Amino acid sequence: MKRFSAFNVVSLTLGFAFLYLPMIILVIYSFNDSKLVTVWAGFSTRWYGELLQNEAFLDAAWVTIRVAVASSTIATVLGTMAAYVLVRAGRFHGRTLFSGMIYAPLVMPEVITGLSLLLLFIGIGLDRGIVTIILAHTTFSMCYVSVVVSSRLVSFDRSLEEAALDLGCTPFAAFRLVTLPIIAPAVISGWLLAFTLSLDDLVIASFTAGPSATTLPIKIFSAVRLGVSPEINALSTIMIGIVTVGVITASLVSKRASVKQQAEEQAAVRAT
Amino acid sequence: MAETVFAPWTDPQQKPLIQFKGVTKRFGDFIAIDNLSQDIYAQEFFALLGPSGCGKTTMMRMLAGFEAPTEGQILIAGQDVARVPPNKRAVNMMFQSYALFPHLTVWDNIAFGLRREGKSKAEIEPRVAEMLRLTRLERFARRKPHQISGGQRQRVALARSLAKAPKLLLLDEPLGALDAKLRQQTQFELMDIQEKTGTTFVIVTHDQEEAMTVASRVAVMDEGRIIQVATPPEIYEQPNSVYVADFIGDVNIIEGVAHPQADGYDILWVEGRQPLHAKSTRSFSNGQRCFLAMRPEKVAIGTEEPETRNKVKGRIIDIAYLGNLSTYHVEVPGGRIIKAQTANTRRLSRRTLTWEDEVWLSWTETAAVMLEE
Repeated sequence: MKRFSAFNVVSLTLGFAFLYLPMIILVIYSFNDSKLVTVWAGFSTRWYGELLQNEAFLDAAWVTIRVAVASSTIATVLGTMAAYVLVRAGRFHGRTLFSGMIYAPLVMPEVITGLSLLLLFIGIGLDRGIVTIILAHTTFSMCYVSVVVSSRLVSFDRSLEEAALDLGCTPFAAFRLVTLPIIAPAVISGWLLAFTLSLDDLVIASFTAGPSATTLPIKIFSAVRLGVSPEINALSTIMIGIVTVGVITASLVSKRASVKQQAEEQAAVRAT
Repeated sequence: MAETVFAPWTDPQQKPLIQFKGVTKRFGDFIAIDNLSQDIYAQEFFALLGPSGCGKTTMMRMLAGFEAPTEGQILIAGQDVARVPPNKRAVNMMFQSYALFPHLTVWDNIAFGLRREGKSKAEIEPRVAEMLRLTRLERFARRKPHQISGGQRQRVALARSLAKAPKLLLLDEPLGALDAKLRQQTQFELMDIQEKTGTTFVIVTHDQEEAMTVASRVAVMDEGRIIQVATPPEIYEQPNSVYVADFIGDVNIIEGVAHPQADGYDILWVEGRQPLHAKSTRSFSNGQRCFLAMRPEKVAIGTEEPETRNKVKGRIIDIAYLGNLSTYHVEVPGGRIIKAQTANTRRLSRRTLTWEDEVWLSWTETAAVMLEE
């Protein structure tokens, strides 16, 4: 059978064009010399240079990165703990409810999550700023971490932990010395996923951000309302780059881990 | 032999290392261990033998500290261990899956327990080296568990569990993952190591041959209870019940009615036939139902009528040829099958018995054991 019939080529091209054409155009126009976004006036990197002079954008970028690092780290800790409890605690009263409640934010409309967080922050009198964005991002990304980590924990041989206890570990030491090193790839890819999600988020951030702190997506969105500038194209290109690197790294980490595990299992089968 | 036979369980002066006192373990409605009491002595190689689900693994996990008894007490060296967590017990376990830490080398796996004790490097290194030597793993010290074979992994698991010099070592189906040849060889290695280290071993297995080979005493379990505890020869030659006789090795069970005589018992087994005769250490009343358990290798088979009291004529309907042994399935009056086993000391061409042959089966009056149930 021919692998690339005309039909296949066409549908593949159409599909990818549909997905990536807008982004490609954006990347191309970020190198446009003209101030008018839709008129091509030759190749230039001047907008990247101007971007670096724009304090407001740089501040927003710095806020975004800090938020992403902090929230993904907290989300990873909480998400891993939740996953551990869900997988390990076996059956307890209200387990289904508990696990349902952890995964609910996955399907919850972001507007609702954002709005409810906003109401909460106002209710407890917390001034909106970088702290509230971090809290909000932690809230919605920890369930993603929890999903990634718990899928790894399910296939984890429990007797490894028992062996650690048997050899004199306290339960916490057993987790730190045995469980964590083994599930580390899943934890890392959970962190990267949370990081990328936080970097991307506009809706929840715009509910929870205050005048003192604005994230990059909010900045871009509000700038675009006044008209698209080539600077935004340049900025967006950089963000596409960062997100792409993040996603590729996350998938490489988990792929390498699973390839390694497979190779080890095969080696073990051969050796016996 | 110059030294006395190792049998601390016969000496009332000896203090047991482990005592189960009326231990019951329930999982919900399921009773895994049913009011069980048992002593295990220091330096014993004690085997828990039974089908899956009989409670043997639960007993072991209670010794390790992964399960707590619902009722009753477990004492190790006289101390009640109910409140002692696994990491505080002088007990180590070798897991069925070996549970080697995949991210650590063989060396680090063995050193793991010693490090947790906070031992210094100068203490850890010679101990690990000693363990590697004991299990002949010196060459593999720097490898990860996935880079060695199943047999080697089994030895790493053993070395790791012995490294802390526990009072008691628990082995959960330790040889289950090995093939038959390696298994046999490893059984002898285990016995050797047990003797060298003087550690008390408790082994859980469903393989009766394994239990018989390695253990000083075997406990046959069923449905959360120990049915019989005895040395391997006693378990084999003097089972206390049909269950034990049937579980260990091959056996003929003949049901009948006992009639006491001056020199033993006559057992009526088929209407209108001459009764069988057996001696028994247990006493039976006149007319009591009994079971005669008789190992196939103790039943002689021949073409000529023997001069013994117990003899039955029958017809060979099946021959199981095992190489070194042959088992003949002989149909006797009443449609019952009795198995007789002979060692094949002669080449095949010189043996005369074959299918459909009329043969005589015979056995001495002490060959069979009379059982009540």
